[in-house]
Amino acid sequence: MLLRARLLRLLVHSTVASVGSTAAVFAEEAQRWQTNLSPGVTAVGQKVYDLHMDILILCVVIAVLVFGVMLYALIAHRKSTGRKPAQFHENTKVEILWTAIPVVILVAMAFPATSTLIEVYDSSDAELDVMVTGYQWKWKYEYITPQGETVSFFSAMSTPQAEINNEQMKSEHYLLDVDEPLVIPVNTKVRLLITASDVIHSWWVPALSVKRDAIPGFINEAWTKPLKVGTYRGQCAELCGRDHGFMPIEVKVVEQGDYQLWLAAKQQEAGKLKSLMAQSFGLEEMVLRGEKIYNSSCMACHGGEGEGGLGKAIRGSTVATGDMEKHLRLVISGVPGTAMQAFGGQLNNLDLAAVVTYQRNAWGNNMGDSAQPIDVYKAKKEQ
Amino acid sequence: MSEHQHGPRRGMSRWILTTNHKDIGTLYLWFSFAMFLIGGSFAMIIRAELFQPGLQLIQPEFFNQMTTMHGLIMVFGAIMPAFVGLANWLIPMMIGAPDMALPRMNNLSFWLLPFAFIVLLSSLFMEGGAPNFGWTFYAPLSTTYAPPSVTFFIFGVHVMGASSIMGAINIVATVMNMRAPGMGYMKMPMFVWTWLITAFLLIAVMPVLAGVVTMMLMDIHFGTSFFSAAGGGDPVLFQHIFWFFGHPEVYIIILPAFGVVSQIIPAFSRKPLFGYDSMVYATASIAILSFVVWAHHMYTVGMPLAGELFFMYATMLIAAPTGVKVFNWIATMYRGAITFETPMLFCIAFVFLFTVGGLSGIMLALASNDFQYHDSYFVVAHFHYTMVAGAIFSMSAAVYFWLPKWTGRMYNETLGKAHFWVSFVGFNLTFFPQHFVGLAGMPRRIPDYALQFADFNMISSCGAFLYGGAQLFFLYNVIHCIVAGKKTDKPRVWEGADGLEWTLPTPAPYHTFTAPPEIK
Amino acid sequence: MTDHHAEASETYYVPEQSRLAICLAVSVAIMVVGVANGINSINPKFVETASSYGWLVFFGGLALFLATLFAWFRVTIIEQQQGLNSRQLKHSYVLGMQWFIFSEVMFFVCFFGVLWYARNLSLPWLAGEGVGALTNEYLWRGFEYSWPMSSTPQEVVGISNQPIANNGQFSSPGATVDPWHLPLLNTLLLLTSSITIHVAHTALKANKRSLFNFWLALSLVLGFAFVAFQIVEYVEAYNELGLTLSSGIYGSTFFILTGFHGFHVCLGALMLAVQWLRSTTRGDFSAEEHFGFEASSWYWHFVDVVWLGLFLFVYIL
Ligand code: HEA
Ligand code: HEA
Ligand code: CUA
Ligand SMILES: [Cu+2]
Repeated sequence: MLLRARLLRLLVHSTVASVGSTAAVFAEEAQRWQTNLSPGVTAVGQKVYDLHMDILILCVVIAVLVFGVMLYALIAHRKSTGRKPAQFHENTKVEILWTAIPVVILVAMAFPATSTLIEVYDSSDAELDVMVTGYQWKWKYEYITPQGETVSFFSAMSTPQAEINNEQMKSEHYLLDVDEPLVIPVNTKVRLLITASDVIHSWWVPALSVKRDAIPGFINEAWTKPLKVGTYRGQCAELCGRDHGFMPIEVKVVEQGDYQLWLAAKQQEAGKLKSLMAQSFGLEEMVLRGEKIYNSSCMACHGGEGEGGLGKAIRGSTVATGDMEKHLRLVISGVPGTAMQAFGGQLNNLDLAAVVTYQRNAWGNNMGDSAQPIDVYKAKKEQ
Repeated sequence: MSEHQHGPRRGMSRWILTTNHKDIGTLYLWFSFAMFLIGGSFAMIIRAELFQPGLQLIQPEFFNQMTTMHGLIMVFGAIMPAFVGLANWLIPMMIGAPDMALPRMNNLSFWLLPFAFIVLLSSLFMEGGAPNFGWTFYAPLSTTYAPPSVTFFIFGVHVMGASSIMGAINIVATVMNMRAPGMGYMKMPMFVWTWLITAFLLIAVMPVLAGVVTMMLMDIHFGTSFFSAAGGGDPVLFQHIFWFFGHPEVYIIILPAFGVVSQIIPAFSRKPLFGYDSMVYATASIAILSFVVWAHHMYTVGMPLAGELFFMYATMLIAAPTGVKVFNWIATMYRGAITFETPMLFCIAFVFLFTVGGLSGIMLALASNDFQYHDSYFVVAHFHYTMVAGAIFSMSAAVYFWLPKWTGRMYNETLGKAHFWVSFVGFNLTFFPQHFVGLAGMPRRIPDYALQFADFNMISSCGAFLYGGAQLFFLYNVIHCIVAGKKTDKPRVWEGADGLEWTLPTPAPYHTFTAPPEIK
Repeated sequence: MTDHHAEASETYYVPEQSRLAICLAVSVAIMVVGVANGINSINPKFVETASSYGWLVFFGGLALFLATLFAWFRVTIIEQQQGLNSRQLKHSYVLGMQWFIFSEVMFFVCFFGVLWYARNLSLPWLAGEGVGALTNEYLWRGFEYSWPMSSTPQEVVGISNQPIANNGQFSSPGATVDPWHLPLLNTLLLLTSSITIHVAHTALKANKRSLFNFWLALSLVLGFAFVAFQIVEYVEAYNELGLTLSSGIYGSTFFILTGFHGFHVCLGALMLAVQWLRSTTRGDFSAEEHFGFEASSWYWHFVDVVWLGLFLFVYIL
């Protein structure tokens, strides 16, 4: 049955492709007028794609047969042809037959589906582990490397708001560009440890043949082994609140050597950052740094002028104009049960100190004090 | 029996205080139609926003509210009450009963609904906006991160669920207890059978929905941790309970539609329903299987492999009994003497399009592949093929088919055919391209999309406006029929129609059977 | 036509219009608006959006609800006594009650399912079994599975280190209720009451009115004693054991199961109390005709069976 389907697939494929609407089928990225799954750049993806085509064609065949008979009856057995209706209303033999045949077809489908599924689930012998954490509305990637500094960074959409609001020409990868993509080496089995920090998200990159839900408090495993260098894009696939549609994923698959270089550079950067944690900084420097952090992490809820919105106002608030330690603690731990997240795990100590300093010294909040990384360290420890 | 039992009262009190199954059926039908228009308008807003890439009409936050309310209103406000309305009108007439078994409770089941939906709709005007977490309201988006209106949503669901349970109990009691002497179970019309089984499903799963929203309430307000790993619970637990309700729910939606189609196809084929017995067994098998397939909505949540396989096999199995139904309908048409009045057109389209939806369902059922399909527009296409071309088309067919019996007037056949053809074209234009964008990687529930999806989305939006516009023909045709349609008093309105309801005078008398009819 | 036909045709009964349903629906609507506002007003997160009159509205709705319910049952009882109810209608009531109880069974099935899931899946996963190995290693290191939970995952890693942002505070139950004290007593009370209600039923069928009243009253007393002990148990749980709603999934399942059961015992007791009042003050029921009582007693047995499940799965195991 499946063999026949495969032959048919070839047939349908060549005809459809010649019409041109599935010309994009073998490209890695979604294209205009793309009508079908893309096999992507992994062996599993190819398998899923093949199975998809087999089943699709099987379904088309079933549909053609079923609708063919129906259409025949509709045309040949019209009343207007002057015929008398037959009066038969059961036939045990045919009824058993058309129960049994579908069951046989289903069993035939179940075999390849099972073996493909087992492969999808087999994340053993991975050569690299990356932890992927979903946040509202960005992703965090953490490389679990045996030695050297831990590399971790956030990855958020970089498409400008003006493009979204139709005030500017939309760029080629509209909504699918991020500020810092995930980088993985080619021909390497990468295991993704997927989780979330707030609500459920889902990490989906069609070309890598991965979709797995990011469940807060649980880790789901997925894996991919891209066979081709390139940039692959995807989107969050589980409704996660306001900006669910603006939470893209970009993955750069690079040569082994390039990956090692990239990783080394990243680790060095991380090391530098770590050494910064021991230093202290002037008020102005902190405010400047803090403003950037504020705009990317706080503004969405607290407004561009600290005037509040989804979150409470910060301008003139008792927290931002009160005890600094309390202010720090609030930002680190969040407010349980509200949209105010715990930023302690999201931002490094320097950035936390900077953003708190900014909040205390912006929009007429004139506290004049500045938090330092070491204060954050202490505040975290006390909890 | 007192005298004033013989005709309806005049004025509002007739409708508010009624215990009459026909009045209540009418109320249900109009209510569901209103909800269909409201839920449809929300869909129009969705499609208008998705007409082009970029945000033009509404903000993402409001888009999410529209998606959520569209799903909730269509499923709970439009389709379910529509079929309960049909059941109220038809079951007593079909089994030779004077009325429903518990008429006062019947009135209560109906009147709870408008209040539940006023509460739900009013949340659109509340601070923080309406529910925005999808009709599947997954925790913790619907608990820790929910807007204040979630509390109203929860109680609204409770009331609506109570209404459904009472309605279902009434139907079970009616079918089991009110059949005219001689009307054995295996002589009941298919519509009655499908509703008996649907009612059983309702009584079994609506309490579970009540349970899960109650746990949400507890998590939001009273500090429990059912759906939070920090306290030992699990957000995925929510999904298991929801879909334990939710999957049988989709068969609650489609089984009565199967029933309708099984009444109408024989009538216009002028040939008895093929394979009555196997139809009954197939319906029962679908219902039983529907309890053990729920996790096919959750292939990507990280279940253990064994669980994944179990749910995959069970899901695939449902194709067999459903196939039996499809084949039986076709065998009924085969060598009949077919005519193509509006109800028949809708039923033929039903068989055709529902099968398309069912076949995409089979594709979704294969877990390994669903990793690519899940939460993409492919799923949206699948369920609109089953629910719009399934439930809504069969509902349209039912209204055209029984309207003459209900009102004693004929609808306008030309307008009905126009309604059908515009619907058919519009529907396919809307939802067929969604298969394509889904496979190409467009996620669902997004207010804006990447450029490569633009072309098909524009087609889809155009189709949606066409389909939506066609429903206005429908509204007009129904109203026109009621007030100015051509009168008819033939008991058997359709040449090939068979069943007790066609032995009654047309329009059907206010009290159906005052004495039990004789059953052949 | 058979005799059966003729009889049925005489007895087709169509009730008159009724105000009851609409009153009940309106009262439910009032209650819903009230309770939703009320609950939002006690949640600090939502208090600003809620009306402070919520609870007032709720109790107003509740009063109307109870009054309508009273009127409704009064009407059905009167109809029954005037002999308006056909055999068929009586059977409809029977079916209605049976399927209603089935729906209640499914309601509890849901919560028992949650208990099963927590104990056999989510907690072991969080503790690193099966598919949860990485979950435990990276997110909840040190969390171990025990039932009752000796500590919640949150407590093990510390609230500020937990991987999930802002979702409340869950502490482990300090101690749990000892099944062999109050719960055992309560089991005996409920089991006995199921027996006494059966005895009452037998007495009624044998037309022994005063015996019936006595055994019914005794069942009621046992039921009330159960509820009273349950309240004592809750007070102890909160004040002495540190077992609260926020005691992680243990507290959550414990209170939702016992709480809804307790609520259903109260409902059942109310139903039985009404039957007792009917019997003692109005002399209702005959040896053959006593569906009001019978339905209440089914409900009572159902509540009893649920308790056995609770005693086994919530308290003992
Ligand atoms: C009326 C409603 C309805 C009906 C009847 C169905 C019917 C089916 N559905 Fe569908 N489904 C939905 C409504 C419905 N569904 C909704 C609303 C969702 C999404 C919810 C959400 O997430 O919001 C959904 C989602 C959904 C998913 C999850 C997708 C995902 O989110 O990833 C899956 C996966 O298995 C699925 C499968 C099926 C199957 C196998 C059937 C089967 O019953 C179909 C059986 C019918 C046939 C197969 C055709 C006829 C048969 C033959 C002609 C015989 C020969 C055929 C073979 C041998 C194959 N459905
Ligand atoms: C039975 C249920 C049902 C029905 C009938 C429909 C009917 C329609 N649905 Fe919907 N739909 C769902 C159930 C249903 N849907 C569910 C459960 C979801 C998932 C929600 C979720 O993700 O949580 C969904 C989601 C959904 C989406 C995806 C949204 C998203 O992911 O963000 C879309 C997008 O195109 C859509 C479109 C439509 C359209 C165009 C119709 C049309 O058929 C509607 C046609 C009807 C009318 C238009 C009304 C009548 C006409 C008027 C009132 C006059 C005005 C007309 C014009 C202006 C032209 N639906
Ligand atoms: Cu994150 Cu959707
Ligand atoms: Cu399903």
